[in-house]
Parts: sequence; structure tokens; C-alpha cells
Amino acid sequence: MITLDQLTKRYGDHLAVDDVSFTAAPGRVTGFLGPNGAGKSTTMRMLTGLTRPTDGHALVNGRPYAELPNPGREVGVLLDASAQHAGRTGREVLAIARRTMGLPRARVEETLERVGLTEEEGGQRVRHYSLGMRQRLGIGLALLGDPEVLVLDEPANGLDPAGIRWMRDLLRGFADAGGTVLLSSHLLHEVEVVADDLVVIGRGRIVARGSKAELLESAGTVARSRRTPELVAALHAAGHAATVGTDGLVHSDAGCEAVGDVALAAGLPLAELRPADGAGLEEMFLQLTAAAQRDSVDADPSPTSSDLREGAAA
Amino acid sequence: MTSATSLTVDTPGTTSAGTTSPWTSPGTSPGTEGSPSARAAAAHAPIPFRRLAWVELTKMFDTRSGFWLLAGIAISALLATAAVVAFAPEESQTFEQFSAAIGMPIAILLPMVAILSVTAEWSQRGTLTTFTLVPHRGRVLLAKAVCAVGVGVVSMGVALAIGALGNVVGTAISGAPTVWDVDAANLATIVLANVLGLMMGFTLGVVLRSSPVAVVGYFVFSLVLPNALFALGMVQEWFADLQPWVDFYFSYTVLFEDVPTGEQWAQIGTSGLLWLVLPLAFGVWRVTRTEVK
Ligand SMILES: Nc1ncnc2c1ncn2[C@@H]1O[C@H](COP(=O)(O)OP(=O)(O)O)[C@@H](O)[C@H]1O
Ligand SMILES: [Mg+2]
Repeated sequence: MITLDQLTKRYGDHLAVDDVSFTAAPGRVTGFLGPNGAGKSTTMRMLTGLTRPTDGHALVNGRPYAELPNPGREVGVLLDASAQHAGRTGREVLAIARRTMGLPRARVEETLERVGLTEEEGGQRVRHYSLGMRQRLGIGLALLGDPEVLVLDEPANGLDPAGIRWMRDLLRGFADAGGTVLLSSHLLHEVEVVADDLVVIGRGRIVARGSKAELLESAGTVARSRRTPELVAALHAAGHAATVGTDGLVHSDAGCEAVGDVALAAGLPLAELRPADGAGLEEMFLQLTAAAQRDSVDADPSPTSSDLREGAAA
Repeated sequence: MTSATSLTVDTPGTTSAGTTSPWTSPGTSPGTEGSPSARAAAAHAPIPFRRLAWVELTKMFDTRSGFWLLAGIAISALLATAAVVAFAPEESQTFEQFSAAIGMPIAILLPMVAILSVTAEWSQRGTLTTFTLVPHRGRVLLAKAVCAVGVGVVSMGVALAIGALGNVVGTAISGAPTVWDVDAANLATIVLANVLGLMMGFTLGVVLRSSPVAVVGYFVFSLVLPNALFALGMVQEWFADLQPWVDFYFSYTVLFEDVPTGEQWAQIGTSGLLWLVLPLAFGVWRVTRTEVK
């Protein structure tokens, strides 16, 4: 169980993390999503006691990280797979952690096998590892102490498709066995498949949060029309939220029926009208984060995303 | 901007009880202790200091640079001894000669060992793992210091034994009488001097947290500053009087020559406070607060 309560980090004038609160529950994979620079890593460093929060606090299993008697036994952490002494072998890296945690010797080989590193690869220096192998070693390091909680910062970076699939299954199994997983990514697709809950962060602030099902539901309706701007205007006039997505489709929080009625009343031909499904989540992610993107031109958040935000917060 | 303020994610079907570890298959851990935190508190003992020190010792040896630095101490002791046997005139083949020849490289290498024990990890960003496994950074630094001092004392013992052997073998070869002209008290102060030099390296490592910068820092401390301060003492009489009290290199190197007088001990104390204790305290304080990334 991970609890973040009003975590805030300020670097000079820059608010890197702004009042972030959420819970990652046991038995569930919580996806922590946001564009680059959104504050995911900073949040995770504050959670694991590596960065001092400016304000707020974080608890793991009900305790501040620094008060865990043997943290590696309770929380598996992977923040940066490249942060290893390049001159040590994978096996040596695990051996040092094993000794620190006071685990049986055999755990090292078990773990190498568990993360798919061969005996020979275990004996190679980390310097010669590919990024994917480093990620595997990092995940091994996190799993080594048999923890109940996993905190992984962009663990899929550098993994090949088979590796991503493997990690997904591993995390699913971990959560299904009662473990808590907090997993960050800047790619929705990566977490969409495995996460039960989503927390979306942009420019240091949470912009959406809820179970995946909930967020999927709140993604509303997708419509296509040759007269897109007029459809959007008509929907706005009718009091519905509507925006044009990057795919050229009109996204609205109104139901299909309501959108159809509005189009008919306005005399606008529709080429397509359907509920936003899984693919709609991507659009939602883009829209939610667009408001928080540094290069966003439009400072005024679109009605759709603000509605979605409220829907997600409810 | 609207913010999501409710504290928890709505997670239907989630219970906090019955959390079994995902490593051991579900069911092996009965979960009767209740919440995960209760289970954790019951199951995991704190990491003992002994284990931390053992881990830090391993880390000093298991990288190439660490290994060769320590091997370098033994090798240079052997070379220095061999050189005295081969080249020094018979009458100066005394234990003092041998230990002086060996002491030179050691006095340089030991501070490097201490520097690297701290900085290697910072430059390779291994601190990310170290401090997530052991959030009490002060304890980690203490374990490193204990190991560095331990390694220093042991390698000095080994080096002096090599020197003693050289003294016996060398004089046996040349037929000259074997002279033991270093008394036990002076041996002890030599060891202490090396430990202080090593701690100076450690302090620089903790304060600067970069291998090259700390190594350069040590040579400034041991080569550049002494000359500069000596020159200052030559032209400024007031400084010549003050120097032993504030110049740590000046006062602690007395230990290599002789057992210090009471006043000299006091000078080692005041200058050591200035150069060693205060900077180290400051450095440790900073390490405990700094962001690790
Ligand atoms: N030590 C630091 N000093 C100043 N700014 C920082 C520091 N660390 C992170 N930041 C800033 O904080 C923001 C969040 O960074 P980060 O947490 O790494 O984002 P993410 O992991 O989501 O990509 C970025 O704008 C970054 O530039
Ligand atoms: Mg990041």
C-alpha cells in the first residue's frame, strides 16, 4: 500500500510536483502517467526518501520510507536502470543487495533466472549490458527482497516487445498475488493494458485519477462529420463538452443519442457515431496532458478535459 | 485548474487484508497478522551495522579500481623494500629506512582508498540503490569510514611486516647488524598519522563527492598548501606562530617523525578540528539532506 498525501516539490521558482495525493492499493497495478517532465520521477524519489519533499508526505505500508527497518524487504524500487556501477557484473550487483537485505545466497541465481538473464549474462559487467538487460537487472533488484510493494519508474524503456509483454505478465501476477504496483510511464499504451488504476499527471499536478474502467467510461462519444467545426459549435451550444481530437474526430462527453439529436437538429450529416472505447483513452490522455504541456498554446483548458477531470475526481 | 482532491482511488473489490507476498506463491503466507504494515513490522528486523560494514568492505574490493588500489599498497610495499635491499648502503639498512620507504607510497594510496570508498558510488550513481536499501545515509557513511580505517590499519600492518622482513633479509644478505630503530610508540604514531591522512581523504570524498575533484583536493592539501603556507610563514611572522595551531598538514605530519609533545597534541587537536572534524560534519550533514538521483 502506498499513500501520497499532498506531496509537493519546489526547485527554486519551479513547482516540479504540486500537491499530489493518491493511493496505490494492494492487489492492483496503479499506472502513473504523464508526459516527460511532468514530475513522475520526482514524486517517486520523494516516495522512496531520495528527495526531500517541500511539503506533504508519503507512506509505504503506513510508514514513511525512512522508517522501514529493511526497506528492500518491503518495497522493490527501480528508479533508473542505468544507475549501477558499470564495472560490476549483474551477479555482483544483486549479491551486494542480497547481503544488505540479509537474504539467502541462492536468491541471487533465482532472481537472475526470474528476470530472464542467463548464467553467462549474469557474469558480464553491467557496462556491456543493453538498456533492456539493465531494465531486467533493475527489476531483479526490485524483486530480490520478496517485497509486497513495487515502485518502478519507466521500467519498459529499452525493453523489446517480448520484454514488455514479459514485464506486463510479471506485474499482473505480482498484483494478483496481493502485491501493490506503482508503475510510471509517459506512454499510455504501455500501462493501459496492465493497469487497474490510472493517475495522470501534467506539469506537477494530477489531472485525472480513477480506475481504468471509470476513465474509459468517462471518455464519452466519438463522432465524425464533414462539418466538424459546426458540430463542435452545436454541441457547445447544447451545453455539451466537445473537442476535435488529434485524429480529426469530435470527442464529446455527451452520450451517442444526445450527439445524434444535436446533429440532426443542426442539420449536420454524421459519417460515424460511436461510444469512445479503449482507443478513446489515448485521446483522453492527450487532451488531459495537453492542458499541462509546456508547449501548449491554448492556456484555456478545453471543456471536455475539465469535465473529464471532474468525472475522474468524483 | 480543477484538481482532484479525493484521497483515494475508488478501487472496488480491494481489501487491505490477506496480502500475501507475490514472490512466495499466494497462500504460503497466511496473512493472519492483518494489515501489510503489521506483517512487515513483525517480519523484518532492522539491518545491523555489522552487515552494513561488511557490505561496504565488499564494495571496496569488488571493483577493478578498488582491487588494484589495495593490491597497489602491497605491491608498492614489496617494491620499496626490494629497492632498499638492493640500493641503500649497508649502514642505512635499518627498520626506520624500510618503514620510511614503504610509508611514502602508503601515505598517498590510503587517502585514495578512502576517497574512492565514498566517491566511486556517487560518480557511478550507485547511491540510488544504496540509499533506497538503507535510507539512513549517516549509517552508510559511518560504515564506509569504519571500513576505510580498518583497511588502512590492516594494510599498514601488512606493509610494516613486509618492511620488517626486508630488514631481516636485507641485513642477512649484507651481513650488517639488524637494527630496530623505531620504537613501539613511534610505530603507533605513524599508524595514527596515516589514519588521519586517510580520514582527510575521506572528508574530501564526503564533501566533494567526485573522485577526480577529491583526488586533486587531496594533493592540494598535501603538496600545494604546505608549501604555500610555509612561504607565508616565512614572510609573515604572526603566521609562523599561528601555523601549527591552524595548519593540519603541518601539525599532524609531526606524528611521522616522533611522539608529539603535549603542545603538539593540542595543535593536532585544534587544526584537526578545523580541517577534519568541522568539514566532515558539514559534509555528512549535506549528504543526509541532498537529493539523490
Ligand atoms: N534537481 C532539480 N532541479 C531543478 N529542476 C528539477 C530537478 N529535478 C527535476 N526538475 C524538474 O522537475 C520537473 C519534473 O521532472 P521529473 O520528475 O524528472 O519528470 P518526469 O519523470 O515526469 O519526466 C522537470 O521540469 C524537471 O526539469
Ligand atoms: Mg522520469
